Formats: sequence, structure tokens, C-alpha cells
Amino acid sequence: MAHVAIRGYSYCLNHTPELGLHYGNTPYTELTSHGETEFLKGLAGNLQSYGEACCYPPNQVFIGGMELDDLAVHPSPMYRNRLKEGPRFGKFGEIMPENEFLGLMDICDVFDLIWLEEGFASDVSAALAKHHLFSDRIMARLEKGHPLPEIDEEISRHGALPLYFHGKIAGCCRKGHDIDESLSAHVLLENLASKAGSVLALLHLLESTGLSPSDIDYVIECSEEAAGDMNQRGGGNFAKAIAEIAGCVNASGFDVRSFCAGPVNAMIAGATQVASGARPNVVVLAGGAVPKLFMNSRDHIKKEMPPLEDCLGNFAVLLDPDDGSCPVMRVDALGKHSVGAGSSPQAITSALVLEPLQKIGLSFADVDKFAAELQIPEITVPAGAGDVPTSNYKMIAALAVMKGQLKKEEMPAFVEQKGIPGFAHTQGHIPSGVPFIGHACEAIREGRYGRVMIIGKGSLFLARLTNLSDGASFLIEPGAGPGLRGEITKDDVREAILEVLMDLSKGLTG
Amino acid sequence: MDLQNQQRVKDAADKFGAENLVVILGSSDAEGAEIYAETVTNGDPTFAGPLAGVPLGLAVYDIFEQEIREEADASIWEEQISMMEMVLDTEALAKAVKGVREQYGKYTL
Repeated sequence: MAHVAIRGYSYCLNHTPELGLHYGNTPYTELTSHGETEFLKGLAGNLQSYGEACCYPPNQVFIGGMELDDLAVHPSPMYRNRLKEGPRFGKFGEIMPENEFLGLMDICDVFDLIWLEEGFASDVSAALAKHHLFSDRIMARLEKGHPLPEIDEEISRHGALPLYFHGKIAGCCRKGHDIDESLSAHVLLENLASKAGSVLALLHLLESTGLSPSDIDYVIECSEEAAGDMNQRGGGNFAKAIAEIAGCVNASGFDVRSFCAGPVNAMIAGATQVASGARPNVVVLAGGAVPKLFMNSRDHIKKEMPPLEDCLGNFAVLLDPDDGSCPVMRVDALGKHSVGAGSSPQAITSALVLEPLQKIGLSFADVDKFAAELQIPEITVPAGAGDVPTSNYKMIAALAVMKGQLKKEEMPAFVEQKGIPGFAHTQGHIPSGVPFIGHACEAIREGRYGRVMIIGKGSLFLARLTNLSDGASFLIEPGAGPGLRGEITKDDVREAILEVLMDLSKGLTG
Repeated sequence: MDLQNQQRVKDAADKFGAENLVVILGSSDAEGAEIYAETVTNGDPTFAGPLAGVPLGLAVYDIFEQEIREEADASIWEEQISMMEMVLDTEALAKAVKGVREQYGKYTL
């Protein structure tokens, strides 16, 4: 079976503390339920600056500005042991500041939903004009802005939501319909932020792969937002909307949803389309989730630590046919959490880790690194959710013990050797395995890893349609090129027949 | 504990009586387990949900406490729970929930 090259990848963060403060679900519901509480005052007074976010080690790892091995030995708590320097750009992408991100949201708005205050729009235009990925075509989409009184009126009289920068109104997001909740200003704000993040990741991917936007054939989007109206709340299609802004005129696309398992399912959907020959290439991408900003901030404020969940996460991966020059995604050993598999942790771990390995005759020892839920532990531990990545490695190790492939006393060493530290924001779909693809492919190219497994898990029960969860997984290995992986091609058969005929001919002629 | 689950626990206590309800926790983290246990005994410590200021005092146990383990079918335990016994700090979890129950609980098994 054909394997699929992972040709490129990009990872970006959008540092958006003020979007989080006003529209993250935890502070938003606090404000609407209880008003301006001490928690909200504490949150507003302790936001991290852009510079602090850039110097936060996990953020640098996410954008490829720091190596995972260095993060593993970095002193904790990392928010008290920040890097001395935190560049905006890493080898995988960038950390975009909030003012530029609001400008990007306006660039991505084709329905005049985002209004920027004219002075702010002018400043943002000057800042984005310096960005090497923002072409004249893209910059032409940025509006000149509106006078502040117009924006104030839109907010006070027409249901628009204010957008803030440095505590002042920098613009607003208008509603798309008078009574349709799916087109409320709040929903559209979330969708436009997700779209903008995806566009940023796509622009970085195009740059790093050297492709022109018109080279992209297909886009699969896998965030956790729903684009639609009251007649089809999740109608879609983010993918085409994103491709349009990036100038991918030859691309089409669709969206994949499965909560946090969305990205791994989308990678499989993209890879199988490439493997079958249906598409010459597929970009899998996602933007971030505004509602999840400051999700655990109540515990962070209570424990007098900075509210760290102030970044939206974005990623994009380019898949195309294996030519031997890139790491590949195997499509013959995919993990699937079936309906009947059961919901206990061991049933899920068996389905996603053990069974795909067994299918191709491998054991736990044959995988150098496993990547499942990669949340930053110092965000989740104070909220009572534990060190999620380490819990996953322990589960895999425990299953290996149960299957007789590991001794119980070897579990700690297994966890240390085969795990990676968490470095992704609590953005649901973003931490679910996929942030490791970039680092894993770099390590495979350098010969440091021979095989890694990416695992996604999703809490489907949150939608109240089923009590089931979901999961999917795949393996990444060094590329070998077509025909070099043990498959028999037509050429192989032709060559073998010729060899036999020549031997026969020699025998006959003596 | 999220607001919906708090409401479900409150509704069940209203419907069946707090003395007839047992809450079994499967948290992976002792600190989290303590918060959940406190929520169903002394009320929501974050004062955000329906159990804020509602001290139900329910009989709350961690699944790894002996009383619950003894109630479980051994083969089901092996199939569903045994792997997590190797992963989690079961003693810390059981101790955390027992401590909260003894402090705030009004009922036991």
C-alpha cells in the first residue's frame, strides 16, 4: 500500500489575552452569571504580556523555536523560568501579537463583520505591511477603519461585540443576522478567529514548502467550531473559506469534526486521498478556539500563577505522494476506536496503540515516541486534571506490561524514553497528537527517531448525542519512495520475467 | 466539576434522597478528586455551579477504595480497571476522597 509523504508543516500561536478575557468561556460565563467578580479582576490584572508569552518555553517549542529535548530538562515552573529571549518566529511558524491578529481577522472577513477603529486599523496596517507573508493582495483586504462613534453605536445599538487592544476598544464584530443564533456576533467572532488562525498557518506552510497557493489541490479543516446558519448549524465549509483567502484558487476542501480527535481523523482522510491517487496533495489544517482561552484560569488565579491559556493554536500539514525524501504517514496501520471497542482506558489504548502495531507485526518497543494529548502540564495540574501527556505514556506502558512486552519495573524508563513533554495550549483539537508531527519529522530526517505514533482522542459525549468517545492513530516513519517498501510493482514483475527468460534462453543455447 | 454534572447530582439527590445516593469518582488526579468530593459533600468550592452553598453530604468514594473494589466483579475489574491501577497513584486517590468524606460527608456505605 502506498505511503504518504509529510512534505511540510507549520505551527503558529496567536497571543490573544483580550479576546480570552472577554470571550473565553470561563470568564465570559462568570461575567454574564455573576458580574465583575474578584476572579475576573484578578484575571484582568494578571494577563501575560506578548513578550512574556514569547519567552514561555512551551510556546517556543510549539513554533519550532526550541527543541523538545531542551524543554524536557527546563526547570519548572516554566512560567517562573522563562527564556531570556523569545523570538516571534520559529522554524515552524510564529507567535502573532493580538493587534495584528485582529487585523488578520478583518482580512479574513468577507461579510463586513469586523469593523476596526480607524486609528487602530492604520497602526495594524503598518505592522502587517512589514510581515513577509502578507502580500499586497492580502493587505488590500484590510479595511481603512471606522470612526470610534460608529463602532460605539454598532456595539450599543446593533448587538456587535467590542474588540479590545490594551484595554481600549479597537473595533467590533457585528452580528450576521437579527435572530439567527448561529450567526450571532459571538459565534461569528469565534469562527473568524479560527479561520484567521488557519490562514496564518497556511501562509507559513506555503512559504516553508516553497509552493505557490495555486499548487494546493485540496484542504481539509479540522477545528472544533461550527460554521452555518439556523437551518444547518454546522453546514461548513471552513476549508474553502480559508483556501480562498490564501489564494489557493485551484483547491477545494471540506471540514472534519470529531472533537479533539478531529486532526488525526483529518490527517487520515487527507492521507488516504493522496494514497489512492485521488488528490495530488492535501493540506490538513486548523485554527484555534476562542472559547477555550483561559478555560482553567479560575484555578490559576486562585493559585496565584499567571493565567497561561492566552494563545490560540494553529497548524497546517502538507501531504503528497512518497518520493523517499520526506517522512511518511503509514496508511496500512491506522488505529481506530470502534463503537464496540469499549470505553475503558485499556480498551481505548488497545484499539489505538496495540492493534495497529499488531496489524503490521510490530511491538511497543518498535516505536521510538508516542504523542497523544500534549497539553502543557503546568496549565492542567493546578486545575486538577493532572499531567495529561505523562498519564497517556503510563497507560501505554501499563498496557505493554499487561501484554507481556514490558516488565512492570521498566514502566518509568519506558515513560521517560518514549514520551515527550506537553507543550501545547489547552485548545482541544490542537494538543491532540498533531503538534508533534513537526518535531517528529525533523528528528526522523536527522535519524534520531525511526518511528513515532500520533494519537488523537475526542470526547464525543460532550455533544450529548452519544456516551462514546472517539480516537484514531497513525505511524510516521522515514520515507522510502515508491516501490522501495516491499510492494511488488509492474516493473518488478517485468524485470523478474525477463531474468527468467534470459536464464532459460542461456540454458537452451548451452 | 462542570455545571451540568453538578445539576445531575443535585437532581438525583432531590429525586432519590441524599441518603440513597452514592457517588463513585474515577478522577486521575488526587487534587481533582478532592475538589469533586468536596463539591458533592460540602458544596461547590468555586461557587460557580448549582451545588454552590448546597452541602449534600453524599457518600462519595474513589473507585480504588476497598469498599468499592469489593463490590466489583473481579473479571470486569480486570478488563476495565486493572490497567489504570498500574498508572494511577491509587493510594493517594483513595486517601484524598476518604479524607473529604470524613470531613464533610453525612452518609457512608
